[in-house]
Amino acid sequence: MRKMLTYRNKKDTVSIQVERKSVMVIAVCVLLFLVAGVVGTSLGSDFISPLDVLRTIFGLNAGEHDFVVLTLRLPRVLLSLLVGAALGMSGALLQGIIRNPLASPDVIGITGGAAVAAVGFVTLLGGAVSIKLLPLFAVMGAMVTAFIIYILAWKKGVSPIRLVLIGIGVSVITGAGTTFMLILSPFYTASQAYIWLTGSIYGATWTDIRTILPVIIIVLPLAMWFGRSLNAQEFGDDLATGLGVTVQWHRSALLLCSVLLAGIAVSVAGTIGFVGLIAPHIARKLVGRMFGSLLLVSGFVGALLVCTADLIARTAFLPLDIPAGVFTAGIGAPFFLYLLFKNRNHY
Amino acid sequence: MSILEAKQLTISYGADPIIENLNLTIPKGEITVLIGSNGCGKSTLLRTLARLLKSNSGTVLLDGEEIAKLPTKEISRRMSILPQGPTAPEGLTVNQLVRQGRYPHQTWLKQWSREDERMVELALASTHLTELADRPVDALSGGQRQRAWIAMTLAQGTETLLLDEPTTYLDMTHQIDILDLLFELNEREGRTIVMVLHDLNLACRYAHHIVAVHNKSIYAEGKPEDIITRDLVRNVFQMECDIAVDPLFGTPTCIPHGRGRKLHETQQRYTQMA
Repeated sequence: MRKMLTYRNKKDTVSIQVERKSVMVIAVCVLLFLVAGVVGTSLGSDFISPLDVLRTIFGLNAGEHDFVVLTLRLPRVLLSLLVGAALGMSGALLQGIIRNPLASPDVIGITGGAAVAAVGFVTLLGGAVSIKLLPLFAVMGAMVTAFIIYILAWKKGVSPIRLVLIGIGVSVITGAGTTFMLILSPFYTASQAYIWLTGSIYGATWTDIRTILPVIIIVLPLAMWFGRSLNAQEFGDDLATGLGVTVQWHRSALLLCSVLLAGIAVSVAGTIGFVGLIAPHIARKLVGRMFGSLLLVSGFVGALLVCTADLIARTAFLPLDIPAGVFTAGIGAPFFLYLLFKNRNHY
Repeated sequence: MSILEAKQLTISYGADPIIENLNLTIPKGEITVLIGSNGCGKSTLLRTLARLLKSNSGTVLLDGEEIAKLPTKEISRRMSILPQGPTAPEGLTVNQLVRQGRYPHQTWLKQWSREDERMVELALASTHLTELADRPVDALSGGQRQRAWIAMTLAQGTETLLLDEPTTYLDMTHQIDILDLLFELNEREGRTIVMVLHDLNLACRYAHHIVAVHNKSIYAEGKPEDIITRDLVRNVFQMECDIAVDPLFGTPTCIPHGRGRKLHETQQRYTQMA
C-alpha cells in the first residue's frame, strides 16, 4: 500500500488524500524551482554570486548589479520557468484528454497555429500594428487552430483518436503556412521570425512576464477543477460517462485550458518544442497517474527543463546566444522516436 | 415496483433502426439477462438503458424519472455500467482502479471521505481482491481483471448494475467465477443486475428474468423455464435444438443439433446411468 496523507473533518464533509510521495516530490520541485531562479540569474557572461543576486532582488545591494540582474537576467530566467511550466501543463492536459502519451501541443498543431498567426503578424502587419499585440495574435491562432481541429474531429462528440489524426494533419498545414510566409517576407523579417520560431527567450522583458503570469494564474485552478475527471476519462468515454463525467463538456473545457497555456507560451517565447511532450512523462515517472499532482509536477518539470535549456543556450557557446528551442528539440526529438518505438505494438 | 423502464424506445445508427418501439420493465432486485443473436441490438439496448447512447425516440425511466433529464452524475449514484472489454491504463493498481468508482460521490471539498474508504474496502473484499489491491491491473489474469472492474462498479454503491458481456474472453472457470460473484451480490444485497450474455445455458441458470431480443424488438421475456423453448431458439438464434433439464440445477439447457461425432454406445450408457 502506498503511503497516504489524509485529512478529514469530524462530520466527514471535508476530506482530502494525497500520496506522501507526491507531496515530497512537489516540495523538492518548489525548492529546485527557486534554486534554478537564483542560480540561473547568477550565471552568464560574468558571474554574480547567488547571495548578491538575492540581495539585488530584495534591494539590499545599492544598485550595483541592478541592470544585469533586474533588467537582463531575472526576467529571462523567470520567463523560461513560466514558459516551461505552461508548456508542461499544457502537455499533461492534452495527454490526459487524448489518452495518448504521444500527444503534445506541438504534435497536434496547436503550437503551429500560434506560430503561423505570429509569423503572419510579423510579416504581413509588421510595423503597421504595435508589436505588443503579437501575444494576442498567437493565442488567437492557437485557439482558432484548436477550434478547427475540434470541429473537423467532431462526429457525435470528439474521439481522442480523431483529434490526434486531424491534429497531425493540421500541424503540417500550419507548418506549410509558416514557411510560405517566411519566403514571402523580406530577409531581415524572415531571420527575426526564424529565431522566434526556433524558440528563444532572448530579450525577455517584464512585459512578457506580465503577459504570461496572469494566464497561468487563471488557467491553473480551472485545469485542476476539470482535471479531476481525467483519471476517470482514462478508462474511455463509456466508463467515464458511467461514473458521472459529462465527457464532452469536460473535454472541451480542458482542451481550452491546454490551448491557452500553449498559446501564451508560444506568444512570448516562440515554439520551444517537445517540452509539452517530455515533461508529463517525467512527471508520471515521479508521481504516477493521479491527475492533480501530475499536472503540478508536469508544470515544475517543464519549468526546470526550459530554464536549463536556456541556461545552456546562453552560457555554453559564449558570446553566442543560441535559441533554447534547439536544446529542447535536441533532447525531445530522440525521445519522441523512443516513445514511438516503445509504443509500436499499441497502435 | 421497477426502477428501470424503457418506453417506446427506437434506436438507430444512421437510417435503419436497430431497436423499434421497444417497451421493457426491468424487475427490481432480480437478475435480468438479455439474449439474442449477434448484432440483434441487445448491447445497443443495454447501452441506451445506461444512457451511453441516446435513443431517437422514446424514453428510459430511472425510478420514474426520465434519464435524459437527470444530471449524469446523479444517474451514476443510482446505476453503474460496465461496458464490454474495458481496458485500464498501464501500471494502474487494482486499488487505484476501484477508487475511481467513488468519483460520482466526490466533490472538490470531499475528495476521500470515510464512506469512500469503507466502500472501496467492501468492494475489494466482496470480489476477493483485498490481497491483490496493490498489483497493477495489467498484471492480473483475465478473470481477476474482470473482478477488479466489477469491484469498481460496486464501489459506486449503486442499486442497479448493468454489465455488457461480462464473461466474454474468459475461460469456463472464470465465467462461472464472475457469474457466481454477481449471483451472490444479488442474493446478499438485493442489487438489481442487468447483463448481456452469449451463453444461453448460463443465462438460464443465473437469470430470474430473460429478455430475448429479436427483430428490433422483444421476442419473449419471462422466467427461463417458462419461455426457453425449441421454437424460441429456432426463431431467435436460427438454430435447431433440444431443450433438456440441467441435471444439477433443473434449469433449461439447450442442446444444439448441428453436426459432430456421435457415440451411440456411450450415449446409451449415460442414459442408463440417469
